[in-house]
Amino acid sequence: MTDVIVIGAGVIGCAVARELARFSLRVVVLEKARDVAEGATKSNSAIVHAGHDAPPDTHKARFNVMGNALFEALCRELDVPFRRNTSLVAAFSPADLHALEELKARGDKSGVPGLHIAKRSEVRALEPAIGREVCAALVAPTGAICCPYELTFRLAENAAANGVAFHFSCGVRTVAREDGGWRVETKEGRSFKARAVVNAAGLYADVLNNQVSAEKLTITPRRGEYLMIDKAYAGSFRATVFQVPTPMGKGILVTPTVDGTLMVGPTAENIADKTDTRTTAEGLAKIRQAASRLWNGFPVNGVIATFAGLRAHGDRGDFVIGEPPDAPGFFNAAAMDSPGLTAAPAVGAYLAEQIAGKLGAEKRSDFVAAPTHWPVFRSMSMEGRVAALALDPAHGHIVCRCENVSEAEIRASIRCRIGARTLDGVKRRTRAGMGRCQGGFCTTRILAILCEELGLAPEEVTKFGGGSHVLFSCGKELPLP
Amino acid sequence: MTDIDIVIIGGGPAGLAAAVAAREAGCDRLLLFERDEVLGGILPQCIHTGFGLHVFQEELTGPEYAQRFIDRVHALEIPVQCGTTVLDVTRDRVVTAVSPMCGLRQFRAKAIVLAMGCRERTRGALMIPGWRPAGVYTAGLAQRWVNREGWMPGRRVVILGSGDIGLIMARRMMFEGAKVLACVELMPYSSGLTRNVVQCLDDYDIPLMLSHTVTDIHGRERVEGVTVAQVDAQRMPVPGTEQRFDCDTLLLSVGLIPENELSKAAGVELAEATAGPVVDESLQTSVSGIFACGNVLHVHDLVDEVTRESAQAGRAAAAFARSAAGLPPPALRVRDGAGVRGVVPQAICAERVAEDVSLMFRPTAVFKDATAAVKIDRVEVARQRFRILTPGEMVKLTLPKGLFARFKGACELTVEVTE
Repeated sequence: MTDVIVIGAGVIGCAVARELARFSLRVVVLEKARDVAEGATKSNSAIVHAGHDAPPDTHKARFNVMGNALFEALCRELDVPFRRNTSLVAAFSPADLHALEELKARGDKSGVPGLHIAKRSEVRALEPAIGREVCAALVAPTGAICCPYELTFRLAENAAANGVAFHFSCGVRTVAREDGGWRVETKEGRSFKARAVVNAAGLYADVLNNQVSAEKLTITPRRGEYLMIDKAYAGSFRATVFQVPTPMGKGILVTPTVDGTLMVGPTAENIADKTDTRTTAEGLAKIRQAASRLWNGFPVNGVIATFAGLRAHGDRGDFVIGEPPDAPGFFNAAAMDSPGLTAAPAVGAYLAEQIAGKLGAEKRSDFVAAPTHWPVFRSMSMEGRVAALALDPAHGHIVCRCENVSEAEIRASIRCRIGARTLDGVKRRTRAGMGRCQGGFCTTRILAILCEELGLAPEEVTKFGGGSHVLFSCGKELPLP
Repeated sequence: MTDIDIVIIGGGPAGLAAAVAAREAGCDRLLLFERDEVLGGILPQCIHTGFGLHVFQEELTGPEYAQRFIDRVHALEIPVQCGTTVLDVTRDRVVTAVSPMCGLRQFRAKAIVLAMGCRERTRGALMIPGWRPAGVYTAGLAQRWVNREGWMPGRRVVILGSGDIGLIMARRMMFEGAKVLACVELMPYSSGLTRNVVQCLDDYDIPLMLSHTVTDIHGRERVEGVTVAQVDAQRMPVPGTEQRFDCDTLLLSVGLIPENELSKAAGVELAEATAGPVVDESLQTSVSGIFACGNVLHVHDLVDEVTRESAQAGRAAAAFARSAAGLPPPALRVRDGAGVRGVVPQAICAERVAEDVSLMFRPTAVFKDATAAVKIDRVEVARQRFRILTPGEMVKLTLPKGLFARFKGACELTVEVTE
């Protein structure tokens, strides 16, 4: 018996778990994948929205504005990159201009600070590479960017440092009431019991909610495809540039990332399969078309990767947060499509307060908010590098040449509490393999380090768990006669 | 900060040849940096033969070819630092390097030779749609696993692109017991050497599917198959021509890209056609005292040509380090004429040509019974006939250095190919 089970180790689950760790509560996180951030968290626009899109007085509007206000301090506390880079909503026509005014009115009402509508010349001065047809833009100075999987990893690492237990490869099958608490059973045959449950199961949050509540919920996967652009084009845009939103979402945007690359996307397509993260020829063509409208001189030769993510789109049109009336002790953080990432810190704090209140838990005095993290070679000063090298010469062995990631960082990413177990796990914790060669040079080295650190044979290493094996057995071994 | 005559960045065939030539030209204080733990660049994993036919009149394997230069480097007592990554090069020739052994160091060099080689184009750059499972690798990555580390990246393989590494790997995977189902090429011609098409595909009954491409990748965790479709003249897939291959691996041999991140940091001007530095006939870049050679300059077909070119860069760097004289900027611009792409060098200083000048380029398409002609200010100075020219095989025209005495003050040299 534990106090709280959090189902799902995406950014929402990890934000809730880390906030719960502030209280004297035993907390367990169950995640079906091999790592944190394997769902929508790893493939979205990485934007901390200003908050002018959702209608005022919705959960989306409230948690967006609150989350935006909390984000910078959280990122500073966890030492993860965050940049308040401003966002623009670009208007291409008089009709769009009208839409900008509506957005501004909404944003003002929701308490989004500093919104104003900029004319063509001002927009051009702000973003010289913006598409020539753009005639005006809504400027939101609180718009920002972050790295969602790095944030999630650090949230999890810090939660673990404060006693939260993480179980991976634990796919929850059923949640049922038992003796005033909750029994949670997994596909792998494991069974857990807790006084409260947090449903942060992303695309599958409807399934769990519908097991315990008569207030049914339907979540539709809404696929979004993206292009990633080489950091050689860093500086092309400082701000995030949106188009005027449609009923399907915020539309295709162009944004810098905190790592220096740029992203263009997403498409928005409702699909049936909650696992279908394929990219499509049509989707990628649509992005290229939109990109050339948003970005004057869009460098199609600068594309280094394509990917797709699935938003958890709920049928109520809003986040579903808190206890259903007929399931006390079961806390939803469901239907967290955009602005889910932005809302995560606020949702985490809100639910942790609710749960602690319900369970009568006190704040701990021994919570450690600032994590210990390995030195990141690429972002160090000359002096910092010299100091890091003096402590560990492995910082001088650059394994990933595109992103300048050292052997020391790769080993640390495996040795930490929520350590990497796969190639993708190393990649998302260190950026090794995320650059322009996409692992062409460093994959063999990273695989060898994973084998050394974890005592694995090369054919046991996977890209992201399950059957995603990288290699077959040695080709030169012939069967004995 | 340590003062030094020449820093050579990269210990592959280009860097090795440049180092040997610079030493033989009398340079005492030079230093070669290599990222990997061993010298040779990509050659140690190229265990097939075909290297050295021009330089040694022998057919060597990659490791053998590299070893001849490594032995020479050691015999000449050229200081080499492996396991060392160059982090930065500045316009005033300060090189920052890091290694576990020596930590972080800076060198002020009189001359620098850029010899960083190239990288492979990836699935992302091609924007191939589909799932993103394990089992999609560049051919060079697969080659390293199979040849240097003894691991098989796949059992049933489709190869996209007919670049030389892909062709070599088709045969290599067959040798190691894998099944290679097809080699798929977007263009109507192979981008690799003809000898490799014959020796690596034809001899093993591996179909070369020209004017085809991969339009979809199947398999959630590991590759389970790919869809291949024919393409039209605009290289767009033709609906209805799709066929599925059940495979566990897709290898990509779809082009090499010179690795010019350090060149850019140093402010070196790059050429669009080659994606490498703009150089003059001495292989000096737009930044005085910084030279470039090998695949970082332009992607070669043959290592023998890399060696020839890089030796020249080494000699020029040594001469520069010795005199450090401010030379006049090259006035004779080299232009790609009809049917020609990416002539190197891009400029010539007719007043100071020190060696015969090799003009290297690729034709823009397949030309039969072709003539390549060189004109200086519209005067034809060279002409050569070829039975066939293809973009997969680089063309070299060599102009004697004496020629340029006649063209002091000339403005434009043009290379063109006609049928």
